[in-house]
Amino acid sequence: MSPPLLGVEEEGQSNASLVASSGSMDCLSQSGSGLKERNYLGLSDCSSVDSSTITSLSKENKNNLNLKATELRLGLPGSQSPERDPDLALLKSGKLDEKLLFPLLPSKDGICASSQKTVVSGNKRGFSDTMNGFPEMKSSGYTEGNWIFHASGSESESPQSVGQGKFPSNSTINVMLSSRSSGAQPAAVNKEVPPKASQERPRATNGSSHNQITTNNNSSAPAAKAQVVGWPPIRSFRKNTLATTSKNNDELDGKLGPGALFIKVSMDGAPYLRKVDLRTYSTYQELSSALEKMFSCFTIGQCGSHGTPGREMLSESKLRDLLHGSEYVLTYEDKDGDWMLVGDVPWELFINSCKRLKIMKSSDAIGLGMCGFD
Amino acid sequence: MAYSFPEEVLEHVFSFIHTDKDRNAISVVCKSWYEVERWSRRRIFIGNCYAVSPGIVIRRFPELRSVALKGKPHFADFNLVPEGWGGNVYPWIAAMAMAYPMLEELRLKRMVVTDESLELISRSFKNFKVLVLSSCEGFSTDGLAAIAANCRNLRELDLRESEVDDFSGHWLTHFPDSCTSLVSLNISCLASEVSFSALERLVGRCPSLRTLRLNRAVPLDRLPNLLRRAPQLVELGTGAYSAEHRPEVFSSLAGAFANCKELKSLSGFWDVVPDYLPAVYPACSGITSLNLSYATIQSPDLIKLVTQCQNLQRLWVLDYIEDGGLDALAASCKDLQELRVFPSEPYDMEGNVALTEQGLVSVSEGCPKLHSVLYFCRQMTNAALVSIAKNRPNMTRFRLCIIEPRTRDYQTLEPLDVGFGAIVEHCKELQRLSLSGLLTDRVFEYIGTHAKKLEMLSVAFAGDGDLGLHHVLSGCESLRKLEIRDCPFGDKALLANAAKLETMRSLWMSSCSVSFGACKLLGQKMPRLNVEVMDEGGRPDSRPESCSVEKLYIYRSVAGPRSDMPRFVWTMKTLS
Repeated sequence: MSPPLLGVEEEGQSNASLVASSGSMDCLSQSGSGLKERNYLGLSDCSSVDSSTITSLSKENKNNLNLKATELRLGLPGSQSPERDPDLALLKSGKLDEKLLFPLLPSKDGICASSQKTVVSGNKRGFSDTMNGFPEMKSSGYTEGNWIFHASGSESESPQSVGQGKFPSNSTINVMLSSRSSGAQPAAVNKEVPPKASQERPRATNGSSHNQITTNNNSSAPAAKAQVVGWPPIRSFRKNTLATTSKNNDELDGKLGPGALFIKVSMDGAPYLRKVDLRTYSTYQELSSALEKMFSCFTIGQCGSHGTPGREMLSESKLRDLLHGSEYVLTYEDKDGDWMLVGDVPWELFINSCKRLKIMKSSDAIGLGMCGFD
Repeated sequence: MAYSFPEEVLEHVFSFIHTDKDRNAISVVCKSWYEVERWSRRRIFIGNCYAVSPGIVIRRFPELRSVALKGKPHFADFNLVPEGWGGNVYPWIAAMAMAYPMLEELRLKRMVVTDESLELISRSFKNFKVLVLSSCEGFSTDGLAAIAANCRNLRELDLRESEVDDFSGHWLTHFPDSCTSLVSLNISCLASEVSFSALERLVGRCPSLRTLRLNRAVPLDRLPNLLRRAPQLVELGTGAYSAEHRPEVFSSLAGAFANCKELKSLSGFWDVVPDYLPAVYPACSGITSLNLSYATIQSPDLIKLVTQCQNLQRLWVLDYIEDGGLDALAASCKDLQELRVFPSEPYDMEGNVALTEQGLVSVSEGCPKLHSVLYFCRQMTNAALVSIAKNRPNMTRFRLCIIEPRTRDYQTLEPLDVGFGAIVEHCKELQRLSLSGLLTDRVFEYIGTHAKKLEMLSVAFAGDGDLGLHHVLSGCESLRKLEIRDCPFGDKALLANAAKLETMRSLWMSSCSVSFGACKLLGQKMPRLNVEVMDEGGRPDSRPESCSVEKLYIYRSVAGPRSDMPRFVWTMKTLS
């Protein structure tokens, strides 16, 4: 199966690569290779998370995921074992949804039938999570995070008082099982597989095992800052303007300005552009790694690697080889409109003059000179 | 029938009816009114370009002169809509070029506008007068050159916040010497230097010019000349507001500002050097709108400027103004209606400025006409929100962004449900609301119960489960636009309220828990909705139906599924 193609514009979040490279994994093909983590506590997460959440995780987070892969996680107290059989889940899903479509007569049956699906997260985030893309891992509806459950009386009451019969017990179950502050701690998980990395709050990117606990509690400041896509909600125009403004000001103070600097990155042969925020990197190496990960899905297709969970790791290094083996070179368009090879000028000068990036086939880049970075 | 008016009379009467709402209302009275109305409608607003097709519009309204179109969903502003999603205006231009040769005005928002489209516009509409491109992209200064060169009667060219491929400022020279009709020119989003002499000549020969928004590349020492050529200006956006301090530049500038007796709106102020700010003081008493949101100056300078503007109605400013500045604002500007405070360093973990919830409370206390708020801050309490709500029951737009998602009330450590609940309970005319902070299903209960006039709701990182979404969809009677990201809302609420979706313009859900199966079902059962699933990870039907979709965009449409979807968007098909 060819890897899925991503067209997401991100601020250089390397997590995009997670989604990309996982293309061939789907929920049903959980044959254990030795790398699959099993759900030892009998809990698994059938909550759903969108891959976009995943993609919002920072690069740091992605690195941390690999560490976390080996840690044992606490399941949510009171959470039930979700369905393991995807067919059953599908059946239930269909049944449930039909009945709820016409709200005047909410079907108790339908609702109750779904209650078993409303389980919530166990939060084992496994090795397989880091290997697989999020989309495959998703299951429907009842979200939950692997958070410590803060029992909240109000939650169980409110459905009754306000539900007006539309959302009976099922909602209660849902609510009670859900984590208190789950908000959207998306956990895209396949029923058979433990929750994903995406469950980690993007902000809690330290690799500690307290990660999930701390993220539950908003008062704890994450150790490392990760940028969530599109948050805070500020238009690109304003972000870029402020970036240049503060940079100008800070040049006087001598410190590196904050703010974002989004530029478009394209790759020969790839159908989608991405956007990266150059300010999240401080060296060419970081930029190069991030781009490798972001665009690995396209070259993986060309490598022709398939199927195993460990594929992503393999292919990343393969991609690195590809890039360093000069099949592709990284070029940029500068303020004067000239295309140059990346790496010739000091980093600061580069980010000040770079208008857009392009990953070109080396054969196309010959005219740019051969002093790329290696 | 014997008592019906001749059509000419009806037409005359209808010519006094202007708003879309009224026009829509009279068009459904009876068949003859429908006919008269449709032939006499000159202006149309299409809030979602995919809700209808050019052909349908043209068939119904054969004599339009002014068209407004919106394309991408609002969250596209924050990079949540991938490139290539759609919203291309070209099919509309091509169809209108044939049908509306007398088209005068085009206002586009969040649409993809190519140079080809601009060239077609410039050639097709002989009497073209107004082009507003708000947050659009896809065009270059070449397209602008075509507009400048060919639109003989151009009155407005407004590129607010668009992304332009800026090759050079040369395009401005394409305005012919015979062009004297400009009323409004907004090039603030452009990066390149335009030819200053061309600009000065253009400004000088357009006596009706009221609005001039320059770009950053226009240096401060060029401003006095421009102002002297246009003393009738009502709205001015400066370029970079910095120069070495030279007394002659300052006095020239101050004199020029003093000469502009009609000035009501100021903006721009990039790279501000505070020493030059007093040059605008002579104009301050007339100023009603001040956009300092790019001005990185500190609170004392901001206070000095703002407190001079006693008639200020709208202020956009960075959080450098701090609580102290907002106190001063509250004391001086009693006519204030709209306040927007933007973050100077949105990605900083800790705040860099002393701006808290208190500033907003002060303004809500001191400014009785305040009804529109956009406020970025780092901390909030329920008590503050309750105060604001009680102070300002006239609030119509309230958008609060606490920068860190899921932030609690920092005093009580509770969620902010009660605070936002107070907002919707007391502010009965609230039309637009954006939530932030730690929020449970309870806040949605409040919203569903009280926010009966709410038309647009933005939600992020909030809620506990489907019940929250259900409260909103079942309770908010006036809801037109709902956009949700990173919330645990799933299938049940959505499906249970499917019919509601037809009464709304659109619903956006990303990083939520809606399954592909539910989307398919919705698409199958609701023929008048386009249910679009966006998934960059590959075909959603290659995974079990219970898997969640990345992004979901549902909107009502009479045009059926669109045909220009990129590879990562799928429309759920209707079963006949």
